[in-house]
Amino acid sequence: MKVVIEWSHAVSQGDLLSRVEVISAYPITPQTHIVERLSELCASGQLKAKFLKVESEHSAMASCIGASAVGARTFTATSSQGIALMHELLHWASGARLPIVMCNVSRALGAPWNIWCDQIDSLSQRDTGWLQFYCESSQEALDTIIQAFKISERISLPSMVVLDAFYLSHTFEPVDIPDQERVDRFLPPYEPKFKIDPKEAKSFSSLTAPDTFTEMRFQIQQSMENAKSIILEVDSEFHKIFGRSYGLVEPYRCEEAEMVLVTSGTVTSTCREVIDQYRNDGKRIGLLKIRTVRPFPTEAIRENLRGVPKVAVIDRNISFGMGGIFAEEVRSVLCNEPERPLIFGYVAGLGGRDITQNTISNVIEYSLEQDQPREDVLWPDLRR
Amino acid sequence: MRGERKFPDDEYLMSGHLACSGCGATLAMRYTLKAIGERVIIVLPASCWSMIAGVFPHSSLKVPVYHVAFETAASTATGVKAGLEMKGDKATTVLAWAGDGGTFDIGLQALSGAAERNEDFIYVCYDNEAYMNTGIQRSSATPLLTWTTTTPFHQTKEEAKKDIMGIMAAHRIPYAATASIAFPEDLFHKIKKAKEIKGFRFIHILSSCPTGWRLPSQLSIKASRLAVLTRIFPLYEIENGERYFINLKPEFHSVKEYLSLQGRFSHLTEKEMEVIQNNVEKAWERLLKKAEA
Repeated sequence: MKVVIEWSHAVSQGDLLSRVEVISAYPITPQTHIVERLSELCASGQLKAKFLKVESEHSAMASCIGASAVGARTFTATSSQGIALMHELLHWASGARLPIVMCNVSRALGAPWNIWCDQIDSLSQRDTGWLQFYCESSQEALDTIIQAFKISERISLPSMVVLDAFYLSHTFEPVDIPDQERVDRFLPPYEPKFKIDPKEAKSFSSLTAPDTFTEMRFQIQQSMENAKSIILEVDSEFHKIFGRSYGLVEPYRCEEAEMVLVTSGTVTSTCREVIDQYRNDGKRIGLLKIRTVRPFPTEAIRENLRGVPKVAVIDRNISFGMGGIFAEEVRSVLCNEPERPLIFGYVAGLGGRDITQNTISNVIEYSLEQDQPREDVLWPDLRR
Repeated sequence: MRGERKFPDDEYLMSGHLACSGCGATLAMRYTLKAIGERVIIVLPASCWSMIAGVFPHSSLKVPVYHVAFETAASTATGVKAGLEMKGDKATTVLAWAGDGGTFDIGLQALSGAAERNEDFIYVCYDNEAYMNTGIQRSSATPLLTWTTTTPFHQTKEEAKKDIMGIMAAHRIPYAATASIAFPEDLFHKIKKAKEIKGFRFIHILSSCPTGWRLPSQLSIKASRLAVLTRIFPLYEIENGERYFINLKPEFHSVKEYLSLQGRFSHLTEKEMEVIQNNVEKAWERLLKKAEA
């Protein structure tokens, strides 16, 4: 059934269809519409879940950790300062191998205060052991929430579904709402491989000495590596039932490209328009959208960028002292390749500045013109 | 005091645990689990007890234990209880078990949140009056003028112990009580009582620490008993934040009897001990008034 809904409601709808059992969250702009909608769904009895209205994001993640550890399907949503406050427990959740699913609405971090779109909040959590999915549309958000539960529960690691503040969170789009019966078939109830059971005197997460700690960390890395094929497997199963799939990356008009733009999130949609114009003019420009940041789609990126002379990465984030994080990661997976493209790293759209078609055209023109980027970090929308 | 009670023979704390000799926190756990029985999940934040419970893959407890981050005893327990309820388990008692650092200091926000929401679990603070696991640093539960490694002899603690029971009473939780390992029947009874109450229950147990109190381990129980008899740590209960019951009204004992046993107070002058005595008397008067009201 196709309906026009706000993206926040699409995420809530994903939770409803996934039959989430425990939700714990703390309000933060621009995530609030998700928790308001979920509160209504719980209050009306449509969603048979416990909604814990805790006193901070830190406690939201702690209570998700508690609920997930006893085998409940668990969800939270946050943004910006909220995910930063959770940081300690993001490590705890993955270390404890809990399949919690979180929606993060990407927003800048202060100071100064800024409530608009910027990916630094979730990208700062790259190393916490969470899977990260970056979504382009409301439909992808809804579908990814449902997929994320299935993937996380299979590999015993938590997932973060990331969406751009306001560009997605407060936008209304037509969304195809999957019917419950088919979602139930796709996503059966959560059967934990291990859980805290009052009948079994087992300890969880107790002090672990150097003689076993490395092996536990190795297992997490292995699960992350395995996650790549499991994401694709789940995606293809989803496609069979619902007719939609997303992959780890999505190449768009990359055939014989002389240059490929690399993007994530909503700017991808704007780039599609620009690419179409260039292609119509006979210019061979392509686009590669990165959907999963953890696990990082190393092989897919190598494969899609093999033989491409130039790559321009657009980052809506910055790691100070280095540059855009996507550019940094793309460079790192290509550095051992025998033939490497020339990589231009662009930082744009910080704190909610629109990345316009004009900005994207400037990125493309500069990258085509230059034999070498004049700087490692380029600022196409900086007011000088 | 209440009449003699027989403890169940069941033991849930095994020998081989990693506590120091004479550890009060160990007895606190032993009596608490005897009162709750085996149908329990313990939520255990960073504290001495993270060690006492054993190093992976060993456990000194015959019940399930979930080790969690320092400030999350109350918030993780909230989630454990919610998860169990969604799974149809209403019979298991959830027990958050934190030290004074995890309760008075870093865990206070989560504790207040859970108390305000009246979450349905028992929260025990075993209070040894400093960060003992990390090497005897002061916490807000450390008493006035106490020596610790961060309040050294030439600048002992300048602030009074935080009134955690007053804070919990202000949340109007169904049940709050103090207890002592030197009065095990009273402790046992209070845990039993707490187990039958629905909503947020808070038990504050003074847990002697021979290592941090600079106290010979064979005097651990004696010091704990004197804390109660000198009215430094009175035994009482609070129902719904307003009805106070004092469980024991001891005859007068000078605080010196308690203080002089412990190296952490060895620097105290006569005048300082008088200050402490006065403070104790004032606090006792306030407690009597609340109990009379």
